[in-house]
Amino acid sequence: MAKLILSMDNLQLKDIALNKERTTIGRKPHNDIQIDNLAISGEHAVVITILNDSFLEDIGSTNGTFVNGQAVKKHFLQNGDTIELGKYRLKYVNDAPPPSAAPDFERTMILRPGQVVRPAEGVSDEPKPTPTPVQAPVAPPPPPPPSTAQAPVGAIKVLTGGNAGKELELTKSLTTLGKPGVQVAVIARRPLGYFITHVEGATFPIVNGVSLDAQPRKLIDHDIVELAGTKMEFFVKS
Amino acid sequence: MDIANALEIVTETSSGMVRTHNEDATRTVPSCGLVVLADGMGGYNAGEVASGMATAVLGSELEKAFTAKSPHLMEGNRSWAQIQLEAEIALTNTSIYQAAQSQPQYAGMGTTLVCAVFYDNRVTVAHIGDSRMYRQRDGTLECITRDHSLLEEQIAAGMITREQARHSQNKNLVTRALGVDPSVDPELHDHDVLPGDVYLLCSDGLNDMVVDEEISETLAALSANLPVCASQLIGQANDNGGRDNVSVILIKVKSAFPAASGGETWWSRLWAWLTK
Repeated sequence: MAKLILSMDNLQLKDIALNKERTTIGRKPHNDIQIDNLAISGEHAVVITILNDSFLEDIGSTNGTFVNGQAVKKHFLQNGDTIELGKYRLKYVNDAPPPSAAPDFERTMILRPGQVVRPAEGVSDEPKPTPTPVQAPVAPPPPPPPSTAQAPVGAIKVLTGGNAGKELELTKSLTTLGKPGVQVAVIARRPLGYFITHVEGATFPIVNGVSLDAQPRKLIDHDIVELAGTKMEFFVKS
Repeated sequence: MDIANALEIVTETSSGMVRTHNEDATRTVPSCGLVVLADGMGGYNAGEVASGMATAVLGSELEKAFTAKSPHLMEGNRSWAQIQLEAEIALTNTSIYQAAQSQPQYAGMGTTLVCAVFYDNRVTVAHIGDSRMYRQRDGTLECITRDHSLLEEQIAAGMITREQARHSQNKNLVTRALGVDPSVDPELHDHDVLPGDVYLLCSDGLNDMVVDEEISETLAALSANLPVCASQLIGQANDNGGRDNVSVILIKVKSAFPAASGGETWWSRLWAWLTK
């Protein structure tokens, strides 16, 4: 479950679980998070929690609400965001579920019209084979960026023909080579390396003297590719 | 022009990198220009029962209906395609719902659905839930269905932007599904179809893992070879984590396919006149 950690001058004061749809922040005693300090407005801000997502909204405070140093009116909170109100800090923590919850956490589920939207109750609830209100699963963090970002970059150097000597870095996830309508191959950049696949044309690309079939073929440093009468060399840039 | 020759249809599915079961199901009937994709959910392994029922029943019943009577013919002010899609979806919903009610191991099962029928230079699309249909035309990718999901409602209400939605933790909640209630409300739309268009039907396992720009690049680069294109899309989803089942149906429009003469409609006449 998501929570806010209240601190002042790096001193942790308390944890507030975001288990309500509206969690109010302000100086007056009726607020869910009361901060008795004159820099804080009576009704300062509110955190709206819908299942696993929380939104921070400034409700017309005098001194404003800041997230990670930026003044905000309305903000979609992300794990690790720091809300600043005067000298106080509220850190938003929305932890990933424990790995044990993995198999079921992201299953598509039906949310019925009129069903009360309430915050997540944690991951302990087993999925029940009943059509009655569904427990919200805790979702994992957003997908990691494609891991091609860390893989070494490959390149193609043209060996024959008018473009001999030219180099082409393979930075895109897909690079097409050849002439459309005549012969086209594609080099796909994947976490495990580069793969060449025949796309169109009667003749298939030749790698190191061997013609490809319909399957992708992994390219290795210094492979020689022949395509539409042109020879080129694949190599990994250091 | 025979519809089966005008369209090239390729389908591919994978259980992904995390799941052991594949709860997605697809069905294509090229002779009728019909494609169906469903992403099942609920209780234990019942999700694949629901999606399997949806694609099997809709595939065979719609094939019968459209073989008996061309989908472009009008009945009142609606096309046979729309009437039949709506009727068969309602029947399929009842079948899944009753199975879920009568057999404890199927309790709570349901499925999303996206179903399209191509005819007379048009496509009628019906969808329920968050399985999508995209159209790539002149290098531009457009999602022509709008998810029935909590996120899409929040976007529509202005609570969050489409960019923020990518970071939401509420991705997996649909607001409509087939087979979970006694009745269902599918969304139906007609779109014009042009030669050169490429259509993509997919389960959320694709669009949750691969951003639209990358889908568009892949379609643009590989539309000359649809099987390679389909494998590449599945590969991209799995390379990015493959946390869900992922299924795609690709349809390439190779030529125009006006309805056979005799059953001419204002639409096909207008089309013939425009493309003269």
